[in-house]
Amino acid sequence: MAVDQAPTRPSLSQRLAAAWDSDICWSFRHSPLAIVSAALLLLVAFTSSFAEVLMPQNPFDMMQLFLDKANLPPVWLEGGSWPYILGTDMQGRDVLSAIVYGSRISLLIGAASVLLSMSVGVLIGLLSGYLGGIVDNLLMRLGDAVMSIPTLLVAILVSAIFRGLLPPEFRDAFAPLILVLALTLTSWVVYARMVRAVTMVEAGKEYVLAARIIKVPRRRIILRHILPNVLAVALVTATLNLGLAILAEATLSFLGVGMPSAQPSLGTLIRIGNQYFFSGTWWIVLFPALQLTLIILAVNLLGDWLRDALNPKLK
Amino acid sequence: MLLLILKRLGNAVIVLLAVALLAFTIFKFLGDPVQLMLNPQATQEERDMLTERLGLNDPVPLQFAKFVFNAVQGEFGMSYRNQLPVMQVIAERFPATLELVLVSTIAALLIGLPLGVFAAIKGGTVLARIAHLVSMIGVSVPAFVIGIVLILVFSIELKVLPAFGRGEVVDLGYWTTGFLTASGRAALVMPAISLALFQISFIMRLVTSEMLEVLRIDFIRFARARGLKARAIYFRHALRNCLMPVVTITGMLFGDLIAFTLVTEIVFQWPGMGFLFVQSVQYVDIPVMAAYLMIVCCIFILINLIVDLIYVVVDPRVDQLVRGGSNGR
Amino acid sequence: MVGWKIAAVLAIGAAVTTPAFAETLRWAPQRDIVSMDPYSFGDTFTLSVLNHVYEGLVRYDETLQIEPALAESWEVVSPTKWRFKLRQGVKYHDGAEFTADDVLASLKRVSDPTSPLRGNLPAYVSSEKIDDYTVDINVTENYPLLLNDLTNIHIFDGGWLTTNNAEAPTDVAKGVEGYATSHANGTGPFKFISRQPDVQTVFEVNPEWWDERQHNIDKIVMTPITSSATRVAALISGEIDFTNQAPLQDLPRLEATAGLKVLSNSELRTIFFVLNQRDKAFESDVTDKNPLQDIKVRQALYHAIDADSIQKVVMSGLSRTTGSLVSPAIPGYVPELDERLAYDPELAKSLLAEAGYPNGFSFSFLCRNTEFVNEEQICQAVAAMWSRIGLRPNLNLGPTTIQDAKFDAGQFDVGTLGWANEPMLDSYSILVQVVHSKTGNAGVFNWGGWSDAQIDANIDEAGRTVDRATRLDLQAKALLRANELSMFIPVHQQPMAWATGAKVVSVLQLNDNKARHWLTRMAE
Repeated sequence: MAVDQAPTRPSLSQRLAAAWDSDICWSFRHSPLAIVSAALLLLVAFTSSFAEVLMPQNPFDMMQLFLDKANLPPVWLEGGSWPYILGTDMQGRDVLSAIVYGSRISLLIGAASVLLSMSVGVLIGLLSGYLGGIVDNLLMRLGDAVMSIPTLLVAILVSAIFRGLLPPEFRDAFAPLILVLALTLTSWVVYARMVRAVTMVEAGKEYVLAARIIKVPRRRIILRHILPNVLAVALVTATLNLGLAILAEATLSFLGVGMPSAQPSLGTLIRIGNQYFFSGTWWIVLFPALQLTLIILAVNLLGDWLRDALNPKLK
Repeated sequence: MLLLILKRLGNAVIVLLAVALLAFTIFKFLGDPVQLMLNPQATQEERDMLTERLGLNDPVPLQFAKFVFNAVQGEFGMSYRNQLPVMQVIAERFPATLELVLVSTIAALLIGLPLGVFAAIKGGTVLARIAHLVSMIGVSVPAFVIGIVLILVFSIELKVLPAFGRGEVVDLGYWTTGFLTASGRAALVMPAISLALFQISFIMRLVTSEMLEVLRIDFIRFARARGLKARAIYFRHALRNCLMPVVTITGMLFGDLIAFTLVTEIVFQWPGMGFLFVQSVQYVDIPVMAAYLMIVCCIFILINLIVDLIYVVVDPRVDQLVRGGSNGR
Repeated sequence: MVGWKIAAVLAIGAAVTTPAFAETLRWAPQRDIVSMDPYSFGDTFTLSVLNHVYEGLVRYDETLQIEPALAESWEVVSPTKWRFKLRQGVKYHDGAEFTADDVLASLKRVSDPTSPLRGNLPAYVSSEKIDDYTVDINVTENYPLLLNDLTNIHIFDGGWLTTNNAEAPTDVAKGVEGYATSHANGTGPFKFISRQPDVQTVFEVNPEWWDERQHNIDKIVMTPITSSATRVAALISGEIDFTNQAPLQDLPRLEATAGLKVLSNSELRTIFFVLNQRDKAFESDVTDKNPLQDIKVRQALYHAIDADSIQKVVMSGLSRTTGSLVSPAIPGYVPELDERLAYDPELAKSLLAEAGYPNGFSFSFLCRNTEFVNEEQICQAVAAMWSRIGLRPNLNLGPTTIQDAKFDAGQFDVGTLGWANEPMLDSYSILVQVVHSKTGNAGVFNWGGWSDAQIDANIDEAGRTVDRATRLDLQAKALLRANELSMFIPVHQQPMAWATGAKVVSVLQLNDNKARHWLTRMAE
């Protein structure tokens, strides 16, 4: 876990770190929801990382799709057949493989956008909080502007603009990147505001003043002294936002402005499957929807737990 | 005070200009209006004429100024797809969206508030944990999944609620409402639920955490020490103290919902602005996209402004962190 | 608050509402019509809906033969002149009398150089008024298909056009805003009442219609429902009475639902792939030439398609697999056309190798996602089949208007096209508009620059031949030649599937896939 990077005052470092560490462990051991969530996410991460080895089919490879294997029900129903455990869709795509590959896309886009927006947000927050003045004002007004447009709208527009600018042959290949950028553009502000607030508090503390007096360079103060202190806040926010990012990606794909149907994410699978919802082939839409919900729920539960565990005030 | 209001207004104008720039960028980069508006058989002469008429030969800053000038007057041109004035198309759709958002918000408050108080009071008990878990599920299930499931259960299997549209609407001149007919009200139920679920959970969680904070504050402990009844403490003192953030968040979520309805509108074929927007994105109907963006942002900014001002009036210690956390979706 | 309530109550009486009395037909197509202006866009579905409001001089009867409508009779005066006697006593919905002036104004509007529909009346030269109920139409010499063309040239009210400044076609380029885009005044069985694009269009019965009323509908409420799942849900829960686009995959479920009826058949429309024949490929890793110009490559593409699987799986067994560009119901069809090149991926691979592409090549594959029945799925399935012989298609999906603009600009290598030969119902339609090289009025849909001198000659001659048998012979020759060259790759005649709810007693379905609700009966 990222816990060993958790912030403590450098002066007390070792002892306190150990205490925090065990605290979290204790809290984790006594939170069944957190354990189940973590296990579920590990399972999803594992299966999607080794999808090529574990799955019977690569659903993105058109050469592996056969129409005579289309619309098979799950194996436990009449007409189902191995290795298509959860059945196949109308293109002969194995639903389980599609879910596992789709989860990989959903998780990767979610994680990448969260990491990127966290990095951008932390950087801007640090600069803004430490430097203050006109830089602060400018950056925060920019944040206000971004926050004034509903996130979903920005994401749709940004992906539409990028798709419009890219020649069609690159459009599918760059679709995940476009989504990451679109989601990042809308979500860095939360980190920036939070980090800025913490930075302002930290920057006023004695140890920073002391460092300044002995002429430690600014960059060093920010990186060595303030950054570790804001990371905990940023990480908790990141976990809580990961669920939102995955949800946002799924929503865009469901609306048809996200991942293309040739390399479907979970949202795309649900969009396609939705057309077949009433025709008896319910497995095409049900399983991806279930997987998506479970992933988001697990991430949210884990984030919730992490926030409480790192926030001793609420105990 | 006045200075603060002016400052906020100034900020709002700057932000709106930034949004206008984004909308204008869509115009410039998303497609060639000449190509999109003309018949394929059009001659070069016709193309040049249209380019001139649309002012596309002007310097870009002048074009932007014209765009802003027209936008202020509510003039966004003609929809490429419908060949109707954009404002007319959007105005026809606006009541549907607003009514849906309004109903969802009220439902979210009516359900979310009591549940939140309940979870805070019963903190630690099994019931409170279940409530907490349910609220987690509420923020985790995608709105479109809820919508699909609702249609399956209530329209297909039970046949009690309509699967699409607004039902019968009554035309009040500038407004069409679904509140006045039975079918209009029935049609609202499922979209409102699928839209409100996130809000309900969000408000519930907010109330719970605010309540827990407030309950730790000294005056509550003091009230307890004075022997006040638990119910009086919870509802008369504690809840009142955490209502303000709830109002703030509700106001902001309201603005967010106006944009977020587009998912619900797609699933339920709800004839609102969001549905219009998604279609205009698919058909690259740029004037509609730009107008929708401007209008939604205006509403959004206006609500934020009002909430901000109320906040300033009621509680001078404006808490930036609360604001920062509100738009995380 | 009280005042608001009173206003609301008053408004209920006056305003447009949608009361659900017994003879309201609630119709849910998949997409909305493009406009209320019948000259705005040559879209078959739009024209078929507008046909409830507007009528032509002639129309197709229940066996798709031509019968009189607004014209009572006609004669060929000379090889270039037709004389039409107009029906007397016909009134427009606003009460105006139908006369020769209306026909002249309409023909002028539809043949205007900026009219998007002028391709539907290719041989038109001019028209003259002889008296109030007689009109002469001048056409190019010996043009055989004028009546077929006129079935879908809806006749406006000339006076109404003048009053509302809509005499010229709607033209955004000149800033001509179309009154006719959102208003209508025809002679047809139904009156246009109101319209909110993409949401709802309402028609009411025209009690003054000149023809005998066979339907018992008082009102048609048309509500497009894009999502096929929602459309099915609305049918099953009884919220709509009719859809002309029932999703194929849901037909068994609909048939099994009590009270619902499904009408399906194969349509006139043939779906085929068009292949860009310009000297350079549009988007390929072969940059110096166009592989598709090689007949071996075209045959390889053809041999790689497993049409039977598409028929069985993608089209739920309802399409008619074909090797012909025109349906058997279309004059000009001959059975030899229906022979497909066999499905043989190995042969396809060796043909590619012979043509010099043993490792295949990449190309852009342009498809729409909502236009033809299951088009997206067809394209995905075919893209997979082409991948298996080593080709690398880049599938590009999008809405019709966007993709058609790309087709029109030649920005594709391979793409789909569907042709129903509407409204001509003759293979001359596809030959002159699609197969013919782009010259003058011909080849409007020749998107990829395909051309063959012999085919062009056959078509041109057919356009000057009055004798039907000779003409059809020429047309069959042209079609056979196109087959020989593998100019296009036919897939199937697509199925049409309608579904009706419990309240609908009978609906007439012809294989032109057009709803004719002036013949629909509902339960009383």
